Order: sequence, then structure tokens, then C-alpha cells
Amino acid sequence: MPKLPNRREESLGGFIVHGVPFPRQTDPASLALLKQMTPLQIEQEYCITYLHSYGQDSPWFAGLANKRLLASRDPVTGYTYATPRGHDMGSGGETEWIDITDRPAQVHAFTVCYFGSEEFLPETPYVLALIEFEGVDTLLLTRLMGVDPEKAALDWIGMRVAPRFLRNSKLKPTDVYFVPA
Amino acid sequence: MRPVYALAGGVSKFAKSRPDKTFQAVVKEAYDQAIRDLGLEYAAFNRLVDGSVASYFSDHFTRQLMAGIMAQDYLGLVPKPSHRVEGGGATGGLCFQEAWKSVASGHMDICVAYGFETMSHVETWKGNEFIALASDVSFDYPVGGFYSGYYAMMVTRHMQEFGTTVEQMAMVSVKNHRNALHNPYAQKSNRYSVADVRAAPMVAWPLTRLDICVMSDGAAAAILVSEEGMRKLEAAGAKITRPLVRVTGIGRGTDAMRMSDRPHTDYDTFMADYATEQERSSADTQAYYRKLWDKGTRYPGVHSFRAGRTAGNMAYRMAGIQDPLNELDFVELHDAYTSSEIQTYEDMGLCRYGEGGPFAASGKAFLPGLDYGLELPDQPVCPVNPSGGLIACGHPVGATGLMQAVFAVWQLQGSIPQHFGDPSLQVQGARRGAIHSHAGTGTYVTVSILEQAG
Repeated sequence: MPKLPNRREESLGGFIVHGVPFPRQTDPASLALLKQMTPLQIEQEYCITYLHSYGQDSPWFAGLANKRLLASRDPVTGYTYATPRGHDMGSGGETEWIDITDRPAQVHAFTVCYFGSEEFLPETPYVLALIEFEGVDTLLLTRLMGVDPEKAALDWIGMRVAPRFLRNSKLKPTDVYFVPA
Repeated sequence: MRPVYALAGGVSKFAKSRPDKTFQAVVKEAYDQAIRDLGLEYAAFNRLVDGSVASYFSDHFTRQLMAGIMAQDYLGLVPKPSHRVEGGGATGGLCFQEAWKSVASGHMDICVAYGFETMSHVETWKGNEFIALASDVSFDYPVGGFYSGYYAMMVTRHMQEFGTTVEQMAMVSVKNHRNALHNPYAQKSNRYSVADVRAAPMVAWPLTRLDICVMSDGAAAAILVSEEGMRKLEAAGAKITRPLVRVTGIGRGTDAMRMSDRPHTDYDTFMADYATEQERSSADTQAYYRKLWDKGTRYPGVHSFRAGRTAGNMAYRMAGIQDPLNELDFVELHDAYTSSEIQTYEDMGLCRYGEGGPFAASGKAFLPGLDYGLELPDQPVCPVNPSGGLIACGHPVGATGLMQAVFAVWQLQGSIPQHFGDPSLQVQGARRGAIHSHAGTGTYVTVSILEQAG
């Protein structure tokens, strides 16, 4: 029978602990003092790579990679979604793809983010906008470029805009962004 | 359905960070307080309670799955039944209603709803990232996911549609921070001016840091019972505070996760499907809305929370409320943003859609007898967030909706002076109040009505 390892491998990693107070004796009085101890806090890492599928929405991202902006339309009612959906909310029927790249578009709502999630902090200030398209029933969330974040004003709402596409697709919704038309 | 009473509750003081205790022990602080208020020994209550509902929002914050069962076992409630509920910012409100269902259905006589969140374990901007992951990770999060940004977009549309101003929003911040000066459970409190709110660092235009609630560590618990449950507790020696507080209405609504998907409905659809009874029965209001729609307003778009309106209408119908502003003595609502408090005035029918800004500045939602340093044209009618709301109390997500429930119980018991050690926030003669819990951009919203019984 092979000899089984009976000792855990040592490494140099771990936490450097600077002077954790602890009583020299463990008599009841000393142990009771531990109730007054400040809490110990350690770092725990959490880092995961997911394999995320765009599923039935994949053609929308393929469209962006080819500089086309697609939308989903219910073939019966014509109800059209700027942010794609595989099935219509009302009929439950499968939607069809249409191309809205060249539709007139304008800003429906916007903000300038001076702070953000950790991932986007280096990009602040950035402008988020919801875009409405002629003949389309719902909106699209996007980045708005070509405006001065320091000059945000309500009259940006209604501004005519047009899509622009990244040359090197990242297969993300940010492959398209909008600029004043 | 049988009558359900909210007998007692407890709240840990909300704080930026509670490294002194694990989340289970913070939940126990709230649970202990609720039991203490019943005048029962811990073990005696634990013998009688039939089960629980646990609420916390994000597994990411604790880096611990199944944290609910860890609270359940720390409280000594195993092997009694329990489950965890989760619905973003509305998690606490959903938890309260699930406990109500357990009792109303006859499944339990005594049910405890407890909730918590420990948001201090990550840096603020990582916390914002966790919260933003509660938006569509294919289409919304990667564009610049940031909840303050989402709400800021919604309010720019509200401002454009209805003329709402940043000063009106700032008045909500002034009110809620000022109220909280008398609430020892609040994380923040201060006498701010409208100018202070506007001069605070801009977070997402036009919302400044003082327009937005903060992240917190905290817990809350509420005990709900049937009449039979009350008899069991009294037989065991409980000293139940009277007047009793009964839950007379619950309502819930939902909406599309991506706010870009929300419909823009016409006037007839709005009146048929979403208008309050009060709005439908008023020719003046119909004419007012017709004018808004003629100008281009559509509902809900991104300026209004259809889930909030749906929840409110449902709860009001159940509680027999026709005129919320005059039939509710106070409202504790989900003011994660000053803008969302204004939007919620409208959703809950305290005023008409489009009138939330002027309503905020009118004084009707303020408390009488407090000096806010503001010129308010109207007398208080229905104080909103007398506790200070999320903006001042903090927002440990899974606890927040339950904190509102506990504060509402104390208002209706008339025990705010005893619990806060200060009578200033007690709404005099409060007989009926509403609590409102809201998840990200209005995806899940709950409204519950509590009132004095008998």
C-alpha cells in the first residue's frame, strides 16, 4: 500500500497578523475579557469567470459586430422592441428581427455618472441615455458621446442622435453608442 | 383569510459597518428587542413561534449562500419551518407579506419575519457593482451599470414631462434628514438646507450625494400573529401592547427588469388599468390627465413606477381606502432617492401624476411641530417618512422593508416616544399607515396597510 501523505504542504502565503491580543492564561477571568476584544477581519477573494450565453438574443450582438442595429418585432401586432426580446410580452409569440440602424432616433432620458460601479469608475464621468426610435415602441440603453458632461441640461432630451459602432467588436451592448446626429 | 396582527418588532441601529458582530448576531439584536417588547422570556417565545421568513438581498455581500438558515439556527429556531425571500430592494416588504400570508392562511399562528444585510464587507463602489448586477447583465449592466444612474435617467424624464425641479427633490432630503434627528436608529441625520443638498458632490446628474441613501449594516424583525396566536402568547405571560395593530391590506406589483422595455400606454389604457378609484371618479382629474396625454405623456414610460401604482391600488382596495392622502395618517416609503419619493407620492395616489414635485414642496408630507428651515405653504396632512426614511436611516436591503413595518407598528401603538426616547416623531392620533417597499427601478413593489384594531 502506497504511503499516504500525512502532512499538509506548507506555503509562504497567508495573512500577516500584527499583534493579536490574547490572555497569557486561560482562567475564567481572562477568558471573560475576550468579550471585549475587537473583531478580527480578514480578506476573502471572490473572482469568477462566467461563460455567458446571449442565447436567442445572439443575432443582436452579431448585428452590432457588423455595424447593424437590430430590433425585435411581433409579426402580428407590429409591436417593436429596441432592446431585443425573443418573445412578445403581449401575445407570447416569437418575434422577428428587423433592422433599425437608419431609423430617426432621439434622446428620451439621460444622466451623467460621476461615480459608478467599480468596473466603470475609470470611465467617469460618462453619459447614459435611453434612446427612442421612430416607429419603435420601447427604448435602448446606451452611452451618449459627443456631448460635454459638464454641460448637462434637460434640453438634451429630444436631441437627435445616430448610432456609431466600435470597429473592433467586443460582443457587448457597448459595441454601439450614440452621438448627436 | 383571517385577521393578522403585527404585535411587536425590533431594529438594530443601522450603521455603516458592524464588524463587532456576525450578521446572525445582528439579527438577534432585532429579534431580542421584539421579544422583549412582548414581555416574554426568549425561550418561552421560541417555544411558541411556529416559524419564520428570512429576508436578505444579495449573497454577494455576505459571500455566503443560505445565510437565512444561519440566522434561523443562531436564533434557535430550528427545526421550525422557514424560507428565504428575495426581491431586490423590496425584499423586506416581500418578507413582511410572506409572514402575513403564513398567518392569514392558517398555516401558522405566530410567525416572525426577520431580515438583514451586511453591505460593509466590500468597498462602496464594489457594493454598487453588486447592486447593479440586479440589472440585465446582457443589455444594461455592461453599458455602465449603476443604480443611481438608472434613477437619475428616470428623474430627468420626470422633470421633462412634469416640470419637477431639483429644489423640490432637495426638500425631500431636508425633510428626511431633519426628521431623523429624533430617530436614534437612523444612520444619518442633519439640518440641511436645499442649498446644502445641491452643493453636495454630484453622483449622477441631477442627483447629488444627499439625494441618495447610503449602504448599511443592519437587521429588523417583526412578529405577526393570528388571534389564536395572541391567545397563546398571553397565556404564556406576554404583555401585549394595545391598541393592537392589524394588517388590513397588502398589495404587490411588478414591472420589466429593463426599464427600456416598459410600455408607453395611451390615456384610455391608463384610466382603465392604472388610475386610482379616486382618479376615475373625478371629472377634474380626468380632464387634467387628458391634458397631460395631449401634451405627449405616456404611462408608465420611465418616469413612473407602474408596480408601485399596482401595489397601492391592490392594498387600498383590500383595506377599503378611497382617498389615500386623507385616509392615511402617515406613510413610510422607499426613498432610496429623493426623486423616487416624489415619484412614489404619485404612484401611491397621495397626489396626481405630475404633481409630485409641488406636493414635495407643499409641506403636506412634513411633520407638524418641527422646524425644517423651509417656507412651506401648506399644513402637514400625511407625514411621509417620519422616521427619516432610507435617506437618513440607511438601507441594509433585506432589513429595510421590515424596519418600515416596525416603525409603523410603533406609530400605531403610540409607542414612538418610548422606543425613540423622544416624542417628536410620533404622529399624533395615528390610526392608519402605509409601508412601501421597492426594488430596483420599480421591478417589485409592495404596499402594506397597518391600522389600529378595535
